[in-house]
Amino acid sequence: MNEVLVMIFTGIGAAFVLLAAIGIVRMPDFYLRMSVTTKAATLGVGLILIGAALYFSNVSVSSRVIAIILFLLLTAPIGAHMIGRTSYFIGTKLWDKSVINELKDQYDEETHELYSEDQSGNENVKNQENKPSE
Amino acid sequence: MNVHDFLYYIILPILAVSVVLVFIRFFKGPSIVDRVIALDLLITIGIAIITVYSIITGQSTFLDIAMLLALIAFLSTIAFSYYLEKSKKNE
Repeated sequence: MNEVLVMIFTGIGAAFVLLAAIGIVRMPDFYLRMSVTTKAATLGVGLILIGAALYFSNVSVSSRVIAIILFLLLTAPIGAHMIGRTSYFIGTKLWDKSVINELKDQYDEETHELYSEDQSGNENVKNQENKPSE
Repeated sequence: MNVHDFLYYIILPILAVSVVLVFIRFFKGPSIVDRVIALDLLITIGIAIITVYSIITGQSTFLDIAMLLALIAFLSTIAFSYYLEKSKKNE
């Protein structure tokens, strides 16, 4: 019973890792590739680690496995955010069939600050507020 | 088919094929950030291979190295992104 569970978990995990590898070759854009590496590969490796914990069924191995999965779940989104932000500043092109770029004109090129609100929208609101008083 | 044969003849070849596919992107990648995420994915698949080997050999000590790799992969990605952003700003 336990061996069957180990086979199922490692099989699904290896399938997800293979999907991540195919995705990083086939995806047309850096940003799509980045989403593949952070989601599918983390899930696949986590499933394989759970399979190892089921195989040993041991407190020390299980705690190590939980620590590794916790590190992966904590560090994968932060690393993906940092490298995605850097690639946006460097000027990596989006896929030419991408529909929308919501970050366009939202970043200050010099200081790398992010404007959380639409600046042109703010000016419109101010103009509308000023018009009735005039 | 016991679990050792399953891991040795099915899981390890799948992981090896995925390592080869990631290496294709690593050598082909148009920009340097593609290579950085390919390196990150290589280390993540390395953690999986170490785990499978620790099941096959029955040595749970290998998982310590997997934990170390999980931390170092994060540090390398952060260092690369920090360096690339700073070098772009100084130009």
